[in-house]
Amino acid sequence: MNVLEVERLSVAYGAIPAVEEVSLAVPEGGLVTVIGPNGAGKSTLLNAIMGVLPSRGAIRFDGAALGAAGIEARVERGMALVPEKRELFATMTVADNLLLGGFRFRRQAGGELERVYALFPRLKERRAQQAGTLSGGERQMLAMGRALMAKPRLLMLDEPSLGLAPLIVRDIFRIIADLRATGVAILLVEQNARAALQVADRGYVLETGRVTLEGDAGALAGDSRIVEMYLGAG
Amino acid sequence: MDSTIVAILVQDGIVNGAIYALLALSLVLVFAVTRVVFVPQGEFVAYGALTYAALDSGSTPGSLWLLCALGALAFVAGVIRRGPVLRLAVTSLVLPAVVTGLTLWLAPLKPGVAVNAALALAIVTPMAPYIYRIGFQPLAEASVLVLLIAAVAVHLVLAGLGLVFFGPEGSRATAFADFSLSLGDLTLPGQALWILGLTAALMAGLYGFFGFTLLGKALRATAVNRLGARLVGIATAQSGGIAFALAGAIGALSGILVVPLTTVYYDSGFVIGLKGFTAAIIAGMGSYPGAVLAALAVGVLESFSSFWASAFKEVIVFTAIIPVLLWRSLRHVTLEDEEE
Repeated sequence: MNVLEVERLSVAYGAIPAVEEVSLAVPEGGLVTVIGPNGAGKSTLLNAIMGVLPSRGAIRFDGAALGAAGIEARVERGMALVPEKRELFATMTVADNLLLGGFRFRRQAGGELERVYALFPRLKERRAQQAGTLSGGERQMLAMGRALMAKPRLLMLDEPSLGLAPLIVRDIFRIIADLRATGVAILLVEQNARAALQVADRGYVLETGRVTLEGDAGALAGDSRIVEMYLGAG
Repeated sequence: MDSTIVAILVQDGIVNGAIYALLALSLVLVFAVTRVVFVPQGEFVAYGALTYAALDSGSTPGSLWLLCALGALAFVAGVIRRGPVLRLAVTSLVLPAVVTGLTLWLAPLKPGVAVNAALALAIVTPMAPYIYRIGFQPLAEASVLVLLIAAVAVHLVLAGLGLVFFGPEGSRATAFADFSLSLGDLTLPGQALWILGLTAALMAGLYGFFGFTLLGKALRATAVNRLGARLVGIATAQSGGIAFALAGAIGALSGILVVPLTTVYYDSGFVIGLKGFTAAIIAGMGSYPGAVLAALAVGVLESFSSFWASAFKEVIVFTAIIPVLLWRSLRHVTLEDEEE
């Protein structure tokens, strides 16, 4: 059973197409990655799936078409997006950022906050600090923690490794693998193709708005075209 | 000029400044959450004042019918946008009906200050979120300039409607209480104490709301990062409605507090609102404590200039904005659409 199915999705900025007829699926509890060069339309794709951008084509979540559902409705159904720019509440505390992540679910008591703190002990240490004062890696953790507060069934991560030091990138990918083990399905957009293909089960290659390759992550990592274009000789 | 006069002028300025501070706070709040410069704030002051004055004299305020009409329009606007019909019916049809019923029942009984003030607030406050739903929600993605033009339009419409529903005559209400407090040479009239006390209480309430409740934090979050707020499922339309409701309530309350002190006409609100706006601008439309301090300064400047050059008092107050704007533009603070 697929938690997310995208069929022939197209997005345009005015007359300029950014994503054209992209189809993809994320199975329940699966980890799917979309890799590709800068400007290929990866972020646009995620934003369209989340409802931030208008699109043509079909998006089904849990088998039900999303149609014109707004972002709030999608959050309520169990979708969450961690955007490329994180979009944190910079002047508010870490704890407030996390609490607001559960805004839609505020009437359902739950230990989400403790679960997020357990996953990101660093956030617990910094909970009284303003989000704007965090380091890059901590910001990414906070953005992921905030998204998890809504108990999503599908977590979409847009370039979680962007602008982070290599050691931190390793941490983030370890956390992504941990998250996946908790049963949440993940759609991961990355420029860091090697790391992404290592954690994913399945991959899509997006170039100038179209899917040019798809398949098992392992097979893609061994595909000569991918090796040549994205993974380099090393 | 001796120290007694200075003390009286300062006292006068602080009392007026407290009102401007409330208005400045609501302007900053509405701008931060919705990017709308809330020009019609002054109309809410006038509506609150005139509605309270009508109730105070035992008659039915004309604004009651405007509330019902705006509620009906907001209901239609919400249904066209496929909002939840039941909730829309409760907030924009049932609520005005209940308020109308209560007012028609209570107004002739002259139920006293507290009930009158509550009724006036209940009549005027909901108009603000109705106006948001009718006029501003469809423009949520528009530029600050478009929103400003829409706000000016709403101001003109409300001022015109104020003439229709309240007539051209001014009104004044009796004071809340006829006690006064003597402090040496100074005599603080009861109304001034009411204004200062309620302003302080309201500010404390706002501080608590924004600092400690999830809904208040959600409003702040919308102001800090609109996209981030939408991504956690905070409906920006709902935040906007709440911000407008708070501004409407603050405007109406300011009017209720002012109308025992001075005669208010249907168009008096604009100048009062403009002084709150001056304070908000001096504070850069971004800082709440800054807006309060600036508003107190505006109040004191106004009372001193009315003593020395009363013909020029408005000129002096509004001219004060120019050096501030110059200083700000030299320091280059960009406020518009930072996040986009």
